[in-house]
Amino acid sequence: MSTVATVGPRATAGGFDLARALKEAGLAAFVAFVLFVPLAGFKLVGQEGQLALEYRPHWVLIGTAAVFVGHLAINFIRAMRGPSQRARGEAGAMARFFTVHARWFGLAAALLAFLLPFTPLGNRYVVDVATTVLIYVMLGWGLNIVVGLAGLLDLGYVAFYAVGAYSYALFAQWFGLGFWEALPIAGVLAAIAGILLGFPVLRLRGDYLAIVTLGFGEIIRVVLLNWYDVTNGPDGISGIPRPTFFGLEFKRYSPDGMTFSQFFGIEYSSLHRVIFLYYLILILALITNWFVLRIRRLPIGRAWEALREDEIACKALGINPTNTKLTAFALGAMFGGFAGSFFATRQGFISPESFTFIESATILAIVVLGGMGSQIGVALAALVIVVLPELGREFEQFRMLLFGAAMVGIMVWRPRGLLAFREPTVRLHGRGQGEEAPR
Amino acid sequence: MNAPLLEVEHLTMRFGGLVAVDDLSFTAMDQRITAIIGPNGAGKTTVFNCLTGFYRPTVGRLTFHGRFGPVLLEREDGFRIPRHGIARTFQNIRLFAHMTALENLVVAQHNHLMRASGYTVLGLFGWKGYRAAERAAIERARYWLDRMGLLARADWDAGSLPYGEQRKLEIARAMCTQPKLLCLDEPAAGLNPRETAELAELLVEIRDREQIGILLIEHDMSMVMRISDQIIVLDYGRKIAEGTPEQIRTDPVVIKAYLGEAEDEELPEEVREDLARLGGGA
Amino acid sequence: MLYFLQQLINGLTLGMMYGLIAIGYSMVYGIIGMINFAHGEIYMIGAFISIIAFLLLGVLGVTWIPLALLLVLLIAMAFTAAYGWTVERLAYRPLRGSFRLAPLISAIGMSIFLQNYVQLLQGANVKAVPPIITGGWILAEQDGFAVRISNVQIMIILLTLVLMAIFSWIIANTPLGRAQRACEQDLKMAALCGVNVDRTISLTFVMGAALAAVAGLMATLYYGVVDFFIGFLAGIKAFTAAVLGGIGSIPGAMLGGLLLGLVEAFWSGYFTTEYKDVAAFSILVIVLIFLPTGLLGKPEIEKV
Repeated sequence: MSTVATVGPRATAGGFDLARALKEAGLAAFVAFVLFVPLAGFKLVGQEGQLALEYRPHWVLIGTAAVFVGHLAINFIRAMRGPSQRARGEAGAMARFFTVHARWFGLAAALLAFLLPFTPLGNRYVVDVATTVLIYVMLGWGLNIVVGLAGLLDLGYVAFYAVGAYSYALFAQWFGLGFWEALPIAGVLAAIAGILLGFPVLRLRGDYLAIVTLGFGEIIRVVLLNWYDVTNGPDGISGIPRPTFFGLEFKRYSPDGMTFSQFFGIEYSSLHRVIFLYYLILILALITNWFVLRIRRLPIGRAWEALREDEIACKALGINPTNTKLTAFALGAMFGGFAGSFFATRQGFISPESFTFIESATILAIVVLGGMGSQIGVALAALVIVVLPELGREFEQFRMLLFGAAMVGIMVWRPRGLLAFREPTVRLHGRGQGEEAPR
Repeated sequence: MNAPLLEVEHLTMRFGGLVAVDDLSFTAMDQRITAIIGPNGAGKTTVFNCLTGFYRPTVGRLTFHGRFGPVLLEREDGFRIPRHGIARTFQNIRLFAHMTALENLVVAQHNHLMRASGYTVLGLFGWKGYRAAERAAIERARYWLDRMGLLARADWDAGSLPYGEQRKLEIARAMCTQPKLLCLDEPAAGLNPRETAELAELLVEIRDREQIGILLIEHDMSMVMRISDQIIVLDYGRKIAEGTPEQIRTDPVVIKAYLGEAEDEELPEEVREDLARLGGGA
Repeated sequence: MLYFLQQLINGLTLGMMYGLIAIGYSMVYGIIGMINFAHGEIYMIGAFISIIAFLLLGVLGVTWIPLALLLVLLIAMAFTAAYGWTVERLAYRPLRGSFRLAPLISAIGMSIFLQNYVQLLQGANVKAVPPIITGGWILAEQDGFAVRISNVQIMIILLTLVLMAIFSWIIANTPLGRAQRACEQDLKMAALCGVNVDRTISLTFVMGAALAAVAGLMATLYYGVVDFFIGFLAGIKAFTAAVLGGIGSIPGAMLGGLLLGLVEAFWSGYFTTEYKDVAAFSILVIVLIFLPTGLLGKPEIEKV
């Protein structure tokens, strides 16, 4: 049984066997040709019962040629670099470097983030995008508790995000609660949703759990769509109150007292609110980070990781698996809820559109690409995944295609994620003392 | 001293039609090493799984004189049993492979640390009492790593330790739960003779120094005979003999179970028919 | 009563399609113990290839419907099977023996990839197909309400039964079926006994994909609309069916499919169509909690 990575040979250490590489590239190209003929070679055009075919033989040829050349190139590069182990080692070293110096990277990144609005870069557009990045960073870190630490694959994380967003919107609408009062409520409600979902299903095997959480995400969305009286259905909820700075509104004039600009005696600018929102999510994200780093070193965090490794051994040590998993689920959900209510106050409008499976998949992709359990990796992945589509419409179109391909690629290449390097939660010897472990 | 620690009465475990353990009764004494031996498939591991709550026995009463007095194990949830003072290891090692050796031992003290951390709330804010508890837990882990000769490798991932050391680490992890009864499922499997001898010494030492009972499943007869205080022999789920090593060594029933009688008689009807048919066809 | 009968017919038709997709999940799960999350997408690809093949045959002048249907069936099965094979080869085979969540995440990635691949190549709009098989029968009539069974429904039911027969025969009587059953029992041991495990797994994916392609073709004929997103819901529902019937069991997958189809038909017939997807998910959750081995599945004993 061979366990070679892709279609193709394991490059031998001896060098590059051209004839063999050509033959295998040819085979791959043939398979690609078969795959491309029906779906790329013909396009269905026209509407309403008058479908017609558009012929695109050149697409097939280009695609097939690309596979041929690509396959050849990959084999060539592999042969040049020696066994694929080396590439793996390099990424491992990078991951290790990042993790070992995480504190410095983290501090530098946080400092940069704090200064961003005051740098020449800090125009409205950049601050806005940065806010989006931070939402995803926070969601990624929240999901990382569940997936990265506890090893539970949650495909319905967006449901908790939605619970948070709708909690705030509805509490504001009905009871006139402001953002700050609603924030903890949203978190608690999301956590309760997590427990309600988790309680029956956490006993299930990992892959069943994934499907059930996926179903749960869909149920929440369908309910939001159809429960008109409460959620206003597909039209969503608008006019969600914006956050205030300790009671000061971000408006030019306010009938209920001072506004932010009046209080500080500065000229009103609509940018104030954008920057305020940015700092708000930055602080929320940093709190999340602090929480996750801290809890990882507590008994509960170690128990999560132990459960991920071996549930049976955990039981034999007296750890209650259900409660431990539930805590992970609830805490992860809580951060999703916080992020959700921030999302609601930032947009001022929410609808079920914003909470589809694609969103769950995006957050999962961030966690997977960044490295399960790696805080800095998740932040970098969020940055890449949000900024990439901003660079151009082409990226937007290919975004999900690339996510999918990247998820497969990362699993094949580095199954624990690009920047996954685990730093022990406690050490007996200082780094470099004691016996050096083989890596 | 020498009070009964675990009393097993009429333990029976059925899987569908298969009777894995059949009306087994025995008593394991405190501060004694009790070995359960028997041919493969005799139901030894099943007994362990019933004791440690992984299976619920079909019939039987399992009384354990634990940390909080006597407890009926068959009524407890699996994950609660260790709290009464039963720890176990597994036939195929189950360490937390991607956590360090030290972390493995700290996780073993989970319940205690969990209370000390105020169920996470106090720990989150670095409460002093929790930090002291964690230091104590690390101290205990250090003690056991030292006893096992693993101190220098405390920060290795458990999965990257050599096989023999993984076995030792698993025992250390079980000991970190501070058990009254240590259940070991084939601890010498895969060890070389020297390592086995060391292990035997270690077990005797644990019995005498920690003053706990040990329940041992083992195939290595030399070790079993050397260190056991009492031996129970299982065959097809039934107890066929019980006694001191000397008694077991000479028991004709045991010898028969291990060495078997003339082969033909033991073959089931269908197999004999098949053999006859094969012979005829060839 | 007649209304009930009508929903029964609709439910059975729906259930046959779910069952065909569910078999793909069940077989793969039985052999390598993973949920092939991208299987719904394979079904969607099957539907697309079917439409393209129909149009192409129309252009080539094959207009005799039975022949066209047969050709489309074969084309869709063959090309979709190629997709199934490739997915296994690229996304799952390298991960055998990797850590627990890896194949599942890879499968989700593959599912997202295929969805967007088809969207990019074929556009995001809904493709509406003119009805190819028309007509039907009125089985009973009372007070102005008629119970109808359309020819498409008859075809779906017959075709599924025929395929199931062929399929069961393959599993029971061919070397491939034997190899599959061996792999299902114990992958490592099968390999040691000389079963070509890689090939068997590949062929399992090929068979699953071919059956999904048939379901795709049926959906095209039945609903008349196809878009790149249909695989998502159909996939989850078929998975539900597989779990309901007992994952790993092929008759179970079919049974689960039928039950799910009936539940959905009756749910939308008697309650509300808006929440019919919720009904399917709720069934999934309830079955997993109370009957994790499904109706025909074997109990899993936890090995310690």
